[in-house]
Amino acid sequence: MSKAIGVFRRWGLAVLVAGGLTAPAWSQDFKVAMSSPPTSMDPHFQNITTNANVIEHMFEPLVMRSPDGKLAPGLAESWSLINNLTWEFKIRRGAKFSDGSLVTAEDVVYSLDRPSNIKNSPASFTQYTKSIVGKKVIDANTVRLTTGAETPLLPDDLVSVIIVSKKATEGLASDDFANGKGMVGSGPYKFVRFLRDDRVELARSEHYNGPNKTPWATTTIRFIANPSTRLAALLAGDVQAIENVPTPDLGRVRNDTNLSLITATSQRMVFMFADWRDKSPFVTDKNGAVLATSPLKDVRVRRALSMAINRDAIRDRVMEGLSETTENLIVPGSPGYVSSMVPPKYDPDAAKKLLAEAGFPNGFGLTVHGPNNRLVNDEKIAQTVAQMFTRIGVDTKVETMPMAVYAPRGAKYEFSVALIAWGGSVDLTSPMRALLACENPAKGMGVVNWAKYCNPKVDELLMKADSMDPLVRSRILREAAGIISKDVALIPLHFQVSAWAVKKGLTYKGRGDERTYAFDFKPM
Amino acid sequence: MIAFIVRRVLQSVFVLLIMSLLVFVGIYAIGNPVDILINPEATQAERAATIVAFGLDKPMWVQYGLFLQSAVAGDLGRSFAYSTPALTLIAQRLPATLELAVVAMLVSILLGVPLGLWAGLRRDGFAGRTIMSLSILGFSLPTFWVGLMLIMLFSVNLGWLPSSGRGQTVEWLGIPLSFLTLDGLKHLVLPALNLSLFNIALVIRLTHSGTQEAMLQDYVKFARAKGLASRRIIGVHVLKNILIPIVTVIALQFGALIAFAIVTESIFAWPGIGKLIIDSIRVLDRPVVVAYLLLTVTLFIVINLIVDVLYSVLDPRVRLSDARG
Repeated sequence: MSKAIGVFRRWGLAVLVAGGLTAPAWSQDFKVAMSSPPTSMDPHFQNITTNANVIEHMFEPLVMRSPDGKLAPGLAESWSLINNLTWEFKIRRGAKFSDGSLVTAEDVVYSLDRPSNIKNSPASFTQYTKSIVGKKVIDANTVRLTTGAETPLLPDDLVSVIIVSKKATEGLASDDFANGKGMVGSGPYKFVRFLRDDRVELARSEHYNGPNKTPWATTTIRFIANPSTRLAALLAGDVQAIENVPTPDLGRVRNDTNLSLITATSQRMVFMFADWRDKSPFVTDKNGAVLATSPLKDVRVRRALSMAINRDAIRDRVMEGLSETTENLIVPGSPGYVSSMVPPKYDPDAAKKLLAEAGFPNGFGLTVHGPNNRLVNDEKIAQTVAQMFTRIGVDTKVETMPMAVYAPRGAKYEFSVALIAWGGSVDLTSPMRALLACENPAKGMGVVNWAKYCNPKVDELLMKADSMDPLVRSRILREAAGIISKDVALIPLHFQVSAWAVKKGLTYKGRGDERTYAFDFKPM
Repeated sequence: MIAFIVRRVLQSVFVLLIMSLLVFVGIYAIGNPVDILINPEATQAERAATIVAFGLDKPMWVQYGLFLQSAVAGDLGRSFAYSTPALTLIAQRLPATLELAVVAMLVSILLGVPLGLWAGLRRDGFAGRTIMSLSILGFSLPTFWVGLMLIMLFSVNLGWLPSSGRGQTVEWLGIPLSFLTLDGLKHLVLPALNLSLFNIALVIRLTHSGTQEAMLQDYVKFARAKGLASRRIIGVHVLKNILIPIVTVIALQFGALIAFAIVTESIFAWPGIGKLIIDSIRVLDRPVVVAYLLLTVTLFIVINLIVDVLYSVLDPRVRLSDARG
């Protein structure tokens, strides 16, 4: 006992001395500022990036993603296909929860069942677990999952489902987790404290034996929503790293010799959609009367709108370089990405010609809608696009609104041309199923198809894409991508680029999934 | 007096009822929170199930009726976004906001009254003019800008104080308080100063004009003639007389400080109720918005009532009765 105290004293003193002498006392404590606090600490309460961003420090899913978006081992060290309907997952040997108990196949089965038992979840995780019809424990480290139909994306789905300890969480309500109950995970950190809206305090888990070991003994995640304040906290030295660097301050961060800027292309794809209905509420003649037949149905008009947008100018002027223009709906490397597909060349004259061919030599009137608190510079993008439309004769007004107003209106199909984004998908089937498939509530298709696009050929390809052969899938999805682009089903603008700023001497591997993992910040 | 208070309480209940109805209808008109909360990849069936789970499938009047029913039992509903009772969410964040508001109030009194007195006594001197000119800035500068400037100056450039967040807390009767620790105090200084700026200016102006008026009164001349020390005249007689309007205004401002701490809280990442209400409005989290507004209205009603009662105690000429036309 006294020896332990002696050691503690010596180390305590050493830390104090080191802290006093060397300017950045980094090797122990790390503080990072995120933009949004989690709504709950229960890993299965709400399917939302901001919650996962925090929870994944302490808990692991079976499968994780590497910074470049590829599948990587999480709690499962490997997985394989037994037959087209059965998957086998091997839990990492010796994997332990932060309380020291071994992770077992029982915990995995329990965790995959848990999402459907969460009461009042505003965004349930069942969408990732519902394809599983059978779960079988083979031995303590092996679990077999059977799906009702061929589900090539099951490992991708399981990236979102956290594994919790059955012993620690059985019978707990979602609210209990915020007080530390059940906060027993197999991740690189153990939970210390959660002060709602303010911070989460973490300590290194001695029981973690996976690939994401943290260099920090303790870590504090601060939540600072205001972008200027977040940057000020970094400049003042209150935190060593921040996520979501505000675009107006990029120049300052780049020029500051004490800071480094890290960027990575995000999977969030920003696009405009144009209404496919015969009559659209905000498509008018030049005097403001709604047109009996919407010109937006004509592919030439949609192509003209797409050609009228100077995506490079948006990237350079509006986004301060933090965007990557695209014609694909998904990032390079994902199934269904076609490298030869590039955005149409910015050409207002050709666009005008196309409009004339379609029977609108003098253009028409239009109102573009967009959110003003959802995407990076969303309001500015909408305004810029509207000016570009006006340049080809389409007199365009802009109306932006908070997401709380925008989303319900979109769901009621109240827009003609609008700006929004699709995020977090690394497979073309995700935007196809939700944004582009013909609406079919029974099959869960076209849930947010606010443009009312419907092409049976695309639907057919989407059905066929459920093939277990990756090569076949890729071929089918590339074909679908070609049709979607040819139809100008959506008008893709760009992928957002996520930006982190860190104090000099630290590195971070930028990621496309908008995660900020404290354990990935490393001293140089 | 009892009759007065009873009547006031009944009126208050009516106000609360109207308030809840307005918020209910307002948020209902904006749209369905599930559209914002749910993951866009969820199917129509999952979406419908979530809507049913929140009771949002029922007609608005039924929803309001159910709300009233449980509100009478003291339950204002569970947050859609957090699944925590709305009152618990607010109670968790209230100490931080109250702490900020109380300190801001104290700062505005401790700075405002002496400065106002000084300016009132030396109204033609350099000090008096400077104080009065600066107080105009307190009124006119926008809070969010001043907040950012304070952070840039004291945290980024000088490095004296932390830039944002709440400091270390200690539990007192189960309530986490930060002004009892050094770290907590350091974190409190800038946001409290920022929040109190308007009120410092207000108190300076009130004290200033009160002092000027009082100094011309007969009782001051009489006290002078009697040979009382000037310190006693100002510190006791003048101050006592000018404090009544200041107390009234400050008490009313306290409610405003709590309700409008939102800007300061967002700039300084202060985990109070202002931040909660902004986040809740953003996702149309009706139970939290309704509970917050009902609480704010109650706060104003109670403060008003206390001020009225206090007024009658401080000034015997005032009688508590409802104005009749």
